Amino acid sequence: MRVVIAEDHALLRDGLTRILRAFDFDVVASVDNGPALLPALITHRPQVAVIDVRLPPTFTDEGLQAAIAARSQIPGLPILVLSQHVEPMYARELLSTPHGGVGYFLKDRVSNVGEFVDAVRRVAAGGTAMDPEVISQLLARREPLAVLTAREREVLGEMAEGRSNAAIATKLRITEKAVSKHINNILTKLDMPPSEDDNRRVLAVLAYLNA
Amino acid sequence: MGQWIRRGVRAVLAGVAAIGLAVTNIPLLAVAVVALILIPVPFLGMALVPWAMALVRARVNLERRLASRTGVPVARPYHPRPERAVPGGWRRFRWIVTDPATWRDLAWLVPGAIIGIALGAISLAIPLYGLAGLTLTPLWIWLGTGWYGYGATWSIDTFGEGLLCLPQGAAILAGGLWLAPWLRRVDASFARLLLAPTRAAELRLRVTQLTVTRADTVDAQAAELRRIERDLHDGIQARLVSLGMMIGLADELIDRNPTAAHEMLAEARESSGTALVELRHLVRGIHPPVLAERGLGGAVRALALSLPIPITVDADLPGRLDTPVESAAYFAVAETLTNLVRHSRAHSGSVALRYADGTLTMVVTDDGAGGADPAAGTGLRGIERRLAAFDGTMALSSPSGGPTVITMELPCALSSPKTMHSFATD
Repeated sequence: MRVVIAEDHALLRDGLTRILRAFDFDVVASVDNGPALLPALITHRPQVAVIDVRLPPTFTDEGLQAAIAARSQIPGLPILVLSQHVEPMYARELLSTPHGGVGYFLKDRVSNVGEFVDAVRRVAAGGTAMDPEVISQLLARREPLAVLTAREREVLGEMAEGRSNAAIATKLRITEKAVSKHINNILTKLDMPPSEDDNRRVLAVLAYLNA
Repeated sequence: MGQWIRRGVRAVLAGVAAIGLAVTNIPLLAVAVVALILIPVPFLGMALVPWAMALVRARVNLERRLASRTGVPVARPYHPRPERAVPGGWRRFRWIVTDPATWRDLAWLVPGAIIGIALGAISLAIPLYGLAGLTLTPLWIWLGTGWYGYGATWSIDTFGEGLLCLPQGAAILAGGLWLAPWLRRVDASFARLLLAPTRAAELRLRVTQLTVTRADTVDAQAAELRRIERDLHDGIQARLVSLGMMIGLADELIDRNPTAAHEMLAEARESSGTALVELRHLVRGIHPPVLAERGLGGAVRALALSLPIPITVDADLPGRLDTPVESAAYFAVAETLTNLVRHSRAHSGSVALRYADGTLTMVVTDDGAGGADPAAGTGLRGIERRLAAFDGTMALSSPSGGPTVITMELPCALSSPKTMHSFATD
């Protein structure tokens, strides 16, 4: 799978490249600043891009802006955004760009290599990967979630992160059948339409939490 | 209609009070002159002058307050009292006689009295004459003898001429009431001429104020640095030390006991994760990353998203502020919002950020219970101090029952024009 990396810290860029190569990804280009990112994406047309939010020359949210701009130039380009801190506001902006896999992760998560690689694969496949920190911040401020049981809230969180039913079942050590039952209860309680498509359901949940 | 009548009556009464006050100027001047003459008398002279001047100052400060009330603010120009200035001592005497404001006060006493009495008399006389025309008309009519008149009617000879006094009286009364507040302002302006701080005194007041705010700022900065140092020392540093130990141990164990080494490494990774969480919190407290990335408007929006009650943010800033001001403004708004969430029992709130004529205005409103009191130690004082470092101000309006409106103003310059795109995120 072909990847483009944008990260200004040499150490982290090197670390990301090593990890991805160890899992048989093909890192076709890595850039260390904002302006170089878009041309690299257009030239290489990667299957997924891993981008740091804060890039030179401005050291503001250049990476995020470039990611959003890239999505409008290359529709459906899967993007995983990495950052030292997560802001639900940024997640919201990323999610508002039209279709294609989106991920938004803390850099810390990369140390859990298996999970990170899994998230890259999920995003590349057009899915969603949201950092648990974003989700917990979103869950913390929603009053209506009081109608859910503790278990349902847990399942909702996992679902919002972008996990499949199978993955949620494994993580919470319950059967897949139990997971889909919980999900149906959640959708009913929150007054959301049931949906067969996993990712569409995730996006609906995120949109609900972000409202 | 009723408004200007009320204002006029109040100004007439103030004019009468001013006459009474002006009369006291003369004995005060006499007391001051006697005190000055007695300076050579040992022990007595030096004690008398400060005492006499204290009386003069009390009177003159009252005049300043009254002037400020009519919309002509007059600040107090006096030198601050020196340390260890005992009554009757040399220091106190020197403090009084070397202050130019002392002599300006004395210089004002006589002209101030003359102007005060004259203006007070005019502002009382005109409405009184008008009242006379209205109330004594029957008398004029009855007298109608040709040896008396009123206003423009000289002399009153007939019943009709007597009746003419009514409209004239009304017009004169109205004119007098309308004129009275203006006369108060003239009086106040004259007071300002001699009683307001001179340019030098104004600079001195400014220096005093800057000294206070600088001390506050330095204290706050030092406390902040101490807090950061403690957090780093007790948190992250200790964690990194233990991390190094774990990795070292895993390195030792890797050949002898791979399973234990595995466990060690897993633990080390978890520990590094915790260290990063702590570090993130610390960084957010020093300077929130989103503020560096998005500026004040974006950072306040991000903050509002994280609060449990809906806060609408309306930010209209044509550019970025300088970093120190931006930071002060952000923390002022953040602390205000924290207070709002914690104390106001509000269901919703709003933040408006505006920039015009070199001033950033931040208005935070909530629909809560009101009754916020800066003296109650709800952190409002801290916000005030934070803003004062940049000559900013905070005004609070919080009637019981709400709504609470906090208006903060910061004089500042905008640095770079907006380079940020905005996205429709709603």
